[in-house]
Amino acid sequence: MSAATAPAREAPTAPSPRPRPRRSARAAGWARRAPLLPALVFMLVVTQLPFLATIVYSLRSWNLLRPDSQAWVGLANYVSVFTDRQFLAAAGNTVLITASCVVVAMLLGTGLALLLDRRFWGRGVVRTLVVTPFLVLPVATALLWKHIMLNPVFGLVNFLLSPLGIDTFDWISQAPLLSVVVALVWQWTPFMMLLVLAGLQSQSADVLEAGQVDGASRWQMFAWITLPHLRRYIELGVLLGSIYVVNTFDTIYMMTQGGPGTASSNLPFYIYQRTFLGFDIGQSAAMGVVVVVGTIILAMLALRLIFRTFMNAQEARS
Amino acid sequence: MTAQAPRRPAEAGAAPAGHTPRRKRRPRAGGTVLTVLTWAIGLLFVSPVLWMVLTAFKEENQAATDPPTLFFQPTLDRFSTVLGADFLPYLGNSLIATLASTLLVLSLGLPAAYALSVAPVKRTQDVLFFFISTKMLPVVAVVLPIYVAAAYLSVLDNVWTLVVLYTAMNLPIAVWMLRSFFLEVPKAIVEAARVEGAGLPRVLWSVMMPVMAPGIAATALICMIFAWNEFFFAVNLTAAQASTVPVFLTGFITSEGLFVAQLSAAAVMASLPIVVVGWTAQRQLVRGLSMGAVK
Repeated sequence: MSAATAPAREAPTAPSPRPRPRRSARAAGWARRAPLLPALVFMLVVTQLPFLATIVYSLRSWNLLRPDSQAWVGLANYVSVFTDRQFLAAAGNTVLITASCVVVAMLLGTGLALLLDRRFWGRGVVRTLVVTPFLVLPVATALLWKHIMLNPVFGLVNFLLSPLGIDTFDWISQAPLLSVVVALVWQWTPFMMLLVLAGLQSQSADVLEAGQVDGASRWQMFAWITLPHLRRYIELGVLLGSIYVVNTFDTIYMMTQGGPGTASSNLPFYIYQRTFLGFDIGQSAAMGVVVVVGTIILAMLALRLIFRTFMNAQEARS
Repeated sequence: MTAQAPRRPAEAGAAPAGHTPRRKRRPRAGGTVLTVLTWAIGLLFVSPVLWMVLTAFKEENQAATDPPTLFFQPTLDRFSTVLGADFLPYLGNSLIATLASTLLVLSLGLPAAYALSVAPVKRTQDVLFFFISTKMLPVVAVVLPIYVAAAYLSVLDNVWTLVVLYTAMNLPIAVWMLRSFFLEVPKAIVEAARVEGAGLPRVLWSVMMPVMAPGIAATALICMIFAWNEFFFAVNLTAAQASTVPVFLTGFITSEGLFVAQLSAAAVMASLPIVVVGWTAQRQLVRGLSMGAVK
């Protein structure tokens, strides 16, 4: 890890610049570490131990429906994961849902944030309203979209679209992925909006005024001053949004159950089905491991990038 | 968020038409149009929620009509039906899981964040990276061993199992947020207090706490939202005893179109506590989501 060079930056605040007896230096080190340990140990036990167990399970053939089926099978589970059409389709859906949701939510959120950053009558009220979809229980959101908005006969969406000739379209079964993405975008747009708004509010008024004095147009100001300033916030939003949306389970469970067939199942839902409905422990454990590795590789690339920008900014300040 | 402070006086000064000290840009005719547009977009965006609330006050036969019914005699019957359907135990479980896990997150996260900021341990970056990387571990990949372990320890269908899991779910984000709030405390005031002879507990309590209070509130709020809304562990690890509010709502998954008003009432009641908390603390939410990372 490239972090090997990083601690050097923290060094100035590290303990004693003057030489001390070795033992007390070690004691001081432990004194520093002590407040960290409970949290660290807790996280190791609750997240890493189960994951190790998952790895062990993934090397075994183990189906709860056949209790005598336990045996070590090496990497056989992994081979069948990669030849499992449904798994690959679910992986594709996951990427599709996550990418489209995060991108669209970020665009809408940025637009809303720009509108809500102005001073206008009732700004507080409108902000409060717009935040609401992020606060509403996701399970309720899914039911709301399924039964109230997208219902083919009584749904509001079809009612509003009926002048366009779309009157009885069954969104959930005809366009399940789109329905899920719409609900997710609606849920995550306020989150993105809040982040971008925080960015806009942290912009220094001086820079903006300097830009105005220099005669920059509104568009130039946005493109050359505001947008670069927002970059970090947008990156953070994309990262956090992706982490949560990749793991979306409730929306799919409530809206489509992954259906029709497996048309809208994503990885969390598919693995859940294989685990709790198929009782195929070995297989689903292998899938879990594959997902973790895939996520970490992708996220590592993104995170390292953002992490560095963040750290530099924070350390520069302190 | 210090940038908000200089804006404040300008906000007050913008109201009188007469003179504006340093900025003379706002009063344009386009402003009204933009304001109306903003209101319209805001209302359109939130209209599904408004409609759901409206539907919750309807009779069932008014809830599912084509075209939709807008005017009707509001009734509270749906809400009382939901309360009659054993809603309260679920609510109690949600409250315990949310509040206890948030308290646990803060009591583990505050010391950890301290050890990663004010008096940093070596390899701070690696530790931070570890914390955030656990967020990338998809829960489906660990739910099975957790299920097996919970069954072995006979803590399945136990709300305290959820407390532990929600703590693990929120702790990484909390440590990150709290760390940046610790870094915001000006070093000068801490040193000044030290010079005056204040011990560590006193510095923590009387000097750092007041500065960090809004940040801690923001962190707690985010943790509460995610804990209240969590569904995956709740549906897989609990049954009759320890189920939370989201699981209560799954009871409505089968009734296609028939009980829309009932469903809306249940959804409103399930969401209301956390929505109210979120509304009242909205300002902190903006601050918290930015992780205090930028000024």
